[in-house]
Amino acid sequence: MMKKVYARTTGIQDKVSGFCPGCMHGTVHKMIGEVAEELGIMDRLVRAEGVGCCGLGQNYVSYDTTISPHGRACAMATGMKRSNPDSIIYTYQGDGDLASIGLAETMHAANRNENITVIFINNGIYGMTGGQMAPTTLLGMKSTTTPEGRDPEKGQGYPMHMCEILNQLTGPYYLERTTCTDPAHVRKTKAAIKKAFQNQIDGKGFSMVEIVTSCPTNWGMTPLKAVDFINSDMLKEYPLGVFRDRSKEEKEAE
Amino acid sequence: MAKGKVEIRKESCKNCGYCVKYCPKNVLEIGMEVNSKGYLYVTAARPEDCIGCAQCGIMCPDAAIEVYRED
Amino acid sequence: MARIFMKGCEANAESAVRAGCRFFAGYPITPQNEIPEYFARRLPEVGGNFVQGESEVASVNMLYGSAQTGTRSMSSSSSTGISLYSEGISFMASARIPAVVVNVVRGGPGIGAIQPAQQDYLQATKASGNGGFRMIVLAPSTVQECVDMVYEAFDLAERDDNPVLILADGVLGTMMEPVELPEMKSDEEVAALKAKYYEKAIVGHPITDRKLGVPGSVGTGQEIRNIEAAAMYKTWDKDIRCEEYMTEDAEIILASYGISARISKAAVKDLRAEGIKAGLIRPITVSPFPYDVFKNLDFDRVKGILDVEMSIPAQMKWDVEYAVQDRLPIHECLRSGGQIMTKEKVMEEAHALVKEVL
Repeated sequence: MMKKVYARTTGIQDKVSGFCPGCMHGTVHKMIGEVAEELGIMDRLVRAEGVGCCGLGQNYVSYDTTISPHGRACAMATGMKRSNPDSIIYTYQGDGDLASIGLAETMHAANRNENITVIFINNGIYGMTGGQMAPTTLLGMKSTTTPEGRDPEKGQGYPMHMCEILNQLTGPYYLERTTCTDPAHVRKTKAAIKKAFQNQIDGKGFSMVEIVTSCPTNWGMTPLKAVDFINSDMLKEYPLGVFRDRSKEEKEAE
Repeated sequence: MAKGKVEIRKESCKNCGYCVKYCPKNVLEIGMEVNSKGYLYVTAARPEDCIGCAQCGIMCPDAAIEVYRED
Repeated sequence: MARIFMKGCEANAESAVRAGCRFFAGYPITPQNEIPEYFARRLPEVGGNFVQGESEVASVNMLYGSAQTGTRSMSSSSSTGISLYSEGISFMASARIPAVVVNVVRGGPGIGAIQPAQQDYLQATKASGNGGFRMIVLAPSTVQECVDMVYEAFDLAERDDNPVLILADGVLGTMMEPVELPEMKSDEEVAALKAKYYEKAIVGHPITDRKLGVPGSVGTGQEIRNIEAAAMYKTWDKDIRCEEYMTEDAEIILASYGISARISKAAVKDLRAEGIKAGLIRPITVSPFPYDVFKNLDFDRVKGILDVEMSIPAQMKWDVEYAVQDRLPIHECLRSGGQIMTKEKVMEEAHALVKEVL
């Protein structure tokens, strides 16, 4: 008898998402729903969503969602979690939302070790607004605002490594960077997301999963070519791994 | 007899090609028909080879594939 | 109830706590610092949450987040800080979220001066953020009114599902006066308020009853909500409040709000002692503005209006002119940039007006 071993999660609605073909936003939305089912927190789940392609999730996910002004999701989630600790709150933000306009809110929520989960999609570009440079755009990478490729000599700065940056703070509990380039990495991303939510359930504090993804449309590549670009270029700039996991220190202390 | 089976929601497929690439048994192919959005949606060209490993389902950004396996 | 001697900022905060406020986020900026400081001490005592935000932008969004859970929530700042609140307030007005914001106004524009002023009138009453939304804006002129207005503001915010602004100033914030404080809402009442909001709260629901915070939407959604909001704003005529002092037989009218109105009242008494028939009109709700009080003046008897504000250029004068429609000369008596209005200045300008119109 055939048993269903992989089902569509109830964490997304029965509709087609607004994401582009191959966009890994979709993959991450799916996994958040799967993790919520597995942890049994669907009815307590609250999404504080940023602005950008990440915002396309508002009519796609199936649980309570609010839309924070661009960059302010971590501040909004702080207010929500402080006043309603029973909710399981996660912010869902792109690189523009979290690392550019929302850098201060992200840093300080981490510094306060707010008991929230942050899902950070790093695709090296502004997607929704049509392909401008983001803080995570690679050197030499073309965008509509770095037409000849990002160049520090032109004052366009350098790629920003958010896990490493937040790791300088004493506050945050858990920081991991993953990607979704193949099934093995997708599984790792899901495990990281699950851990980040479990930390919140256990009241441990600020947990961020930075997920290196692609933007086929604005990178000007097919989805599969974009996956290759992640492997060949993005992951060189953004090494994967766990940058902070205070549960390890707690175990060693026991 | 196939050890696994996939069910594809053709309206959700956006022809990104992840499932085709990562299916270890080369079961899937981009089909010849388009869905209402105009995407050539994926089909199980060689369903008998499916082992129900669910790599396709895991990779699909749009949750367009559900997977069954012989237990 | 006993009267106690209290500083304006702290009276604001204590009144909020008694009204059931259990969340405050704010950022240091003179002259409203004692509000966050008070909440920092007081909220833990009542099981509430205080957060010092890393900026005003963060603070208003913490307010927005907390308010969406059905928790009575408040924030405060001063002038330049309130400018940074604009986007957050606009989001709350668009998403119809009840919250209370207090602006303890200081000199402006720009960093202006840390001393008191009334230079945020147009911002507060006409455009506290993008999109043309409206808010009820209450303008206290005594510390007691601060207490009463903050307490009432939470009910108004929840009645309308809309943010409410208290337009105070640095004088009120830093002066001390005897006040009578309202009764403390019990924990049960506070819990009941939150429970009542559950249906709209963004706190997690079964996915069959999912809630979506909607500060904006594609398609016709936004317009539909704008039409609903506009209809609600029209119902505010019933909320208009205005003090008319010795206006029945007045021949000149002083028009003033907040702290300037108190100084003007003292001037009216002195003018009356000199035999000059002066009166005071003090808008208490500066939004909705009491236009009719000015429209319905006896234009045969009243010969002139003196607009008394701590703002250069004048701001409330726009509303007075809109109501009066050139049927009367309107003179100005203005200070700004942190310089406090004085009775002497009001008397001087009043005499100039009398000379010209009487």
